[in-house]
Amino acid sequence: MGKTPYWEDVQEGMAIPDLRKNASTQQLVKYAGSSLDWYQIHYDLEFARGNKLDGLIIHGALKNAWLGQVVTDWMGTEGMLRKLSVQYRGMDVPNDPLVCKGVVKKKYEQGGHHLADLEIWLENGKGEKTTPGEATVSLPSRAAR
Amino acid sequence: MPESSILTEEMLKAVGVETKPATYEIEKGHIRRFAEAIGDSNILFTDEKAARKTRYGSLIAPPTFFRALLSSDLPPVVSEKLRKLDGGSQWEYFEPVHPGDRITVTAKYVSFTTRQGRMGEMLLVVVELTYKNQFDEVAATQRTTSIRY
Repeated sequence: MGKTPYWEDVQEGMAIPDLRKNASTQQLVKYAGSSLDWYQIHYDLEFARGNKLDGLIIHGALKNAWLGQVVTDWMGTEGMLRKLSVQYRGMDVPNDPLVCKGVVKKKYEQGGHHLADLEIWLENGKGEKTTPGEATVSLPSRAAR
Repeated sequence: MPESSILTEEMLKAVGVETKPATYEIEKGHIRRFAEAIGDSNILFTDEKAARKTRYGSLIAPPTFFRALLSSDLPPVVSEKLRKLDGGSQWEYFEPVHPGDRITVTAKYVSFTTRQGRMGEMLLVVVELTYKNQFDEVAATQRTTSIRY
């Protein structure tokens, strides 16, 4: 996890550090258990195939958690996540090297807060963006100290 | 009303109807297990001592932890026979969630729309969930889209 950047030091267009993930089927079961999402397409191969899927797929909400993490890792303990959105355009599968990425799109002040909007996304092992999203964070300002 | 085999009058009537509130006491162990399951070792979710020295003063729940706080059942207007895929989520965060907090979840349908997809006619169901803490403050909201086909 990084040290919280000051809002003044954040530049539009800058990339935040990548976050790499590679889910095992065991992780999908752990996620099912801790989120109480028992939908069988995430751990029962026959069930998944019966649902016209090629195999097991990663929970969208687990990818959502990772796209939250790529932002919270970057913003550190003093930043605050205000908004987070993700769209599951493509399915992702276990045992594929995935990478979560982000770029700062806009920085602005609003209601006394120092904010930054980020574009975030997840790429699969083939480099395809399966899961685009957006985030808004509030950061500390040097001026406010 | 559009010609459709899967969109019903009943669904449209269910829009905006809130579920019965469901309340959960947030457990430290559950936060830790959730953080471990997603593979996130952020000190705010995993290290009580270190988290104590931050602005939050204790552990907090990860942003998507609310997924584990299920709402009461929505009106049963969508056929159980339809297959289901998650289309995405939009979150807004207002207050952090600490162990010991009591979070009350309500949900309501926002919209039902249909679309022609690769696998035939699909129903897009948008649900909004509101998570309030024991002080009646909204901690977060989540808007989810599920795809039924």
